[in-house]
Amino acid sequence: MNYENILSQRVQSLQPSGIRKFFDLLEDMNGAISLGVGEPDFVTPWHIRDAGIYSLEKGFTKYTSNAGLAALRREIAAYLERRFDLRYDYKHQLIVTVGGSEAIDMAIRALVNPGDEVIIPVPSFVCYPPLVTMACGVPVLAETRVEDGFKLTPELLKKHLTPKTKLIVLPYPCNPTGGVMEKADYDALAEVLRDTGVMLLSDEIYAELTYGQHHYSPANHPELKERTILVNGFSKSHAMTGWRMGYVCGPEPIITQMIKLHQFGIMSAPTTSQYAAIEAMRNGDKDIEMMKEEYDGRRRYLVEGLNRVGLPCHEPKGAFYVFPDIRPTGLTSDEFCERLLKEQKVAVIPGTAFGPGGEGFVRACYCVSMADLGEALTRIGWFLQDLKG
Amino acid sequence: MNTKLLQLLESDCTLTPDQLAAMTGMTVEEVKAEVKKYQDEKIILGYRAVVDWDRTARESVTALIEVKVTPQRGEGFDRVAERIYQYDEVESVYLMSGAFDLTVIISGRSLKEVAHFVGDKLATLEDVTGTATHFILHKYKENHLIFEKRPEQEKEWIFV
Repeated sequence: MNYENILSQRVQSLQPSGIRKFFDLLEDMNGAISLGVGEPDFVTPWHIRDAGIYSLEKGFTKYTSNAGLAALRREIAAYLERRFDLRYDYKHQLIVTVGGSEAIDMAIRALVNPGDEVIIPVPSFVCYPPLVTMACGVPVLAETRVEDGFKLTPELLKKHLTPKTKLIVLPYPCNPTGGVMEKADYDALAEVLRDTGVMLLSDEIYAELTYGQHHYSPANHPELKERTILVNGFSKSHAMTGWRMGYVCGPEPIITQMIKLHQFGIMSAPTTSQYAAIEAMRNGDKDIEMMKEEYDGRRRYLVEGLNRVGLPCHEPKGAFYVFPDIRPTGLTSDEFCERLLKEQKVAVIPGTAFGPGGEGFVRACYCVSMADLGEALTRIGWFLQDLKG
Repeated sequence: MNTKLLQLLESDCTLTPDQLAAMTGMTVEEVKAEVKKYQDEKIILGYRAVVDWDRTARESVTALIEVKVTPQRGEGFDRVAERIYQYDEVESVYLMSGAFDLTVIISGRSLKEVAHFVGDKLATLEDVTGTATHFILHKYKENHLIFEKRPEQEKEWIFV
């Protein structure tokens, strides 16, 4: 059969990620240090795992309501108020989703009509453009700059805003750049967006991981809250990536439509994970603090170390990545990553994997032990020395 | 007192001054000076590896001994505790509340060696009025470190 004629043209138009080749190289390599995968190196705290196990022992194995367990939604709403000063009605403004990813997909599909434009600041996580494409929308990539701390500035927004703009993705704190947005930044965006019907999709999966400042959400902004759909989850804050637990909050009319997508596509998020998530919300704040303190130490060590060995590295204010500038080496991001891996067995990800604007940068994740970070820095130092000859 | 520095070293004493400096926000020189001060003041007593001898060919027996003693006028339990902890075989000595007075943890190469120590040296001390020896059969966790080699999840490189 000729599957190419059968498959949707849209799905075929999606480009597979170019970094697969690095992972293939890594698989066969002994003694490599990977700073490539963006995932906490912590195991989910035991009390949370135990709550999941306990729910299985009690036989809680059925579907939950489509929106998720009421007890969990209540706890999430309480958590958002406690930690971020955000108020959402857990009955009408919140859905428990299969990771933040499902929430992002649903938000885009619930809002985008064919031909609608979605502004996506890049470099950023790779999922937004393909999801917009699959929703028959048009991804509009806005290249942020290191000089601006990789923020979405009002000038950059104005440059890409058109009458067709439906939605702006706000991937802050940002993977891979570590950029964050503050209240003043949102003040400026609010002014540009006043009198428009443009919505904001705020992907706040790294909200707990900000350093030296508290996370500020567009939903905290009095003018922007009504146009904000907030996505968050448990993966990064509670080291629960494999549990696939996320949630979405927003204005009731939008959540009401999204729940249909969730109901028909997913039914309900995994029940065991939801029970574990209740425990994470009730008694997990101390875990967040412990992990954040650990990440912060590694972050400072890696930033200092990279600057010392000769890779200029701005200070990332959030998430768990550094995004050093490799332009002084004269190599492209791709060349840098391939050679560093082959010559010194250290894996980092080319900035170009995160969209245009990533050329000249690489992403290194510091979710590894201090010992591995130290070894990686030594090897990167050797690599740079070899380059100089 | 820099408790953060002490906590970091307590959890992993292989951290380098560079790493400790980044993690505490101190300079490398400050870290070195603080650590030296703690060592001089015996706030840091030493650094050692936690070894699982069961994974080696070396035989090792550890016992926990409950010791009842008669405290000495003016010196309480200190003198007898000192007479016990001077023995090289003794790993730890703790003064306890409750049904007995001292917990003594000793390790030896064999059961016989431990029995010999208790019978000949410990029980015969004049202030010791009684002992109860419990042999440790298996260590699961010590100093926050788990002895069992745990299975790992199947490795998958995924782009996040």
